Amino acid sequence: MPGPSQSQRSALGPLVLIAAVVAFGAGAFAYTAGWLSPNRLTSTKLVSALAPPGGAALGHRRNHAKGICFTGVFEANGNATELSRATVFATGQYPVVGRFNLATPDPNAADPTVRVRGVGVQISAPDGAVWRMAMIDPPVFAVSTPQDFYKLLQAAASKDPGAMKTFVAAHPEFAAFGEWATKAPWTASYAEVTFNSLNAFIFTDSSGAEHAVRWSLRPEAQVTPITNEAFAKLGPNHLDDDIIERVAKSPQRWTLVLTVAEPSDPTSDPTKAWPPERRTVEAGTLVVQKIEPEANGPCRDINFDPTILPDGIKVSDDPFPAARSAAYAKSFDLRTSEASHYPRTAASAKP
Amino acid sequence: MKGTHTQFTFVQRLLHWLMAVGILAMLFIGVGMVSTIGRQYVPLLATHKTLGIAILVLALLRLVVRFVSGSPKLPADLPEPMKLAARLSHVALYALMIAMPLIGWAMMSAAAYPIVLYGGIRLPAILPQSDSLHALLWNAHFYLAFAFFALVLLHITAALFHGLVRRDGVLQTMLPVGGSDRSQ
Repeated sequence: MPGPSQSQRSALGPLVLIAAVVAFGAGAFAYTAGWLSPNRLTSTKLVSALAPPGGAALGHRRNHAKGICFTGVFEANGNATELSRATVFATGQYPVVGRFNLATPDPNAADPTVRVRGVGVQISAPDGAVWRMAMIDPPVFAVSTPQDFYKLLQAAASKDPGAMKTFVAAHPEFAAFGEWATKAPWTASYAEVTFNSLNAFIFTDSSGAEHAVRWSLRPEAQVTPITNEAFAKLGPNHLDDDIIERVAKSPQRWTLVLTVAEPSDPTSDPTKAWPPERRTVEAGTLVVQKIEPEANGPCRDINFDPTILPDGIKVSDDPFPAARSAAYAKSFDLRTSEASHYPRTAASAKP
Repeated sequence: MKGTHTQFTFVQRLLHWLMAVGILAMLFIGVGMVSTIGRQYVPLLATHKTLGIAILVLALLRLVVRFVSGSPKLPADLPEPMKLAARLSHVALYALMIAMPLIGWAMMSAAAYPIVLYGGIRLPAILPQSDSLHALLWNAHFYLAFAFFALVLLHITAALFHGLVRRDGVLQTMLPVGGSDRSQ
């Protein structure tokens, strides 16, 4: 057989080169997109793992799906300006949009069936800076890394009855959360809950010095502990009914307490509490003035992404805020595209 | 002057190569950030927003420069379908360079996210909050990104085809150096 002619041969090299360049480009793109790494933990996987066996509730948040909106103000007392130059800490009143919620993928879950309660808060400063946070009521988080959180979700959803036991045995850091979840008393009101950031953030003061901080919202309302059994007797939607009633009578208040780490305190692991004697700063008061149902409320389409921070606060080496941001965005993208499944007029849609 | 020179002007070439790096980085950051939950997610997102606005500004500037400076003529012996493909693909590239940052900005606006760039620069919302607009724009941003990358690959393929197979001087019109100006 005759070999390729001279002109064919001379064209072949460049064509191979061009094909190689394109293949390399496409391959690098596919690698970056994670298409070649099926084991990479993505926001899609995390969010899917949160779905109950019957599938996610379309149009709703993929976790903390049951919730109710509030508006109010944050009254800053100026104390926190020593820790952060964020303008929301300067003495003054700043508008707030927020959401009380339960850590469940089911928007119709009965309150006594959900152990973890949360709050989303957005504080807006007049200069345009926005601070969003999403906090929960356990004193420590359940796991040290987002990867372990994914494993926890898988274990909790597993048909293998021993899966949770195996997980707990392999993750001793889960014990403190487990102790709280099984032994801490319940309360019958959002107004009596202490909410914690759990994740550490870096505050930068006006001199540029940095401080690792975790924070809590401590209720001013009298806390009345209650057993789960007694709470269950109050009905499946008691928390919503209660907060509507309380706020209608008078605004409900929480003190924003900042806890400042010592250099030896772990900032990257939210399962590890900082010693109780750490210095705290009371930065001001969250005042909840109005409650509105979520369906057509102001919090409905707010993504309480904990990485939305004003100048003067930034993420630390804690891996959770980034993972939460990615997962919350995925949940937000999904639910906004499914909005027709969750009618805005459904203020009375509760069965 | 249109068509009498054999290279794009220095400013055009500078803008082209700056934006080539910027756009490739953007596309890779985009697919990378949506597939990670690591700590890098936060800085990648901030970079994506900042670089996107930079590309929008450069693209508008480049469009003006293009109208003022024109472009070298395509080779006379280039078949008509290839000339048409060249023109259409460049229209599409310009459209995407301008539309993608605007869609991203509008998408963030419709989601009521504050739009903060590096350096603490805050951009205003360009759309009111809307779940339906957010969903529409998110889909547009997502699918157009893949179309954009495919178009970039096509652009590279065509450039190399001109330079290595046809050897017709088209590649030289945009190379950072070289390409003697035959009009002089």
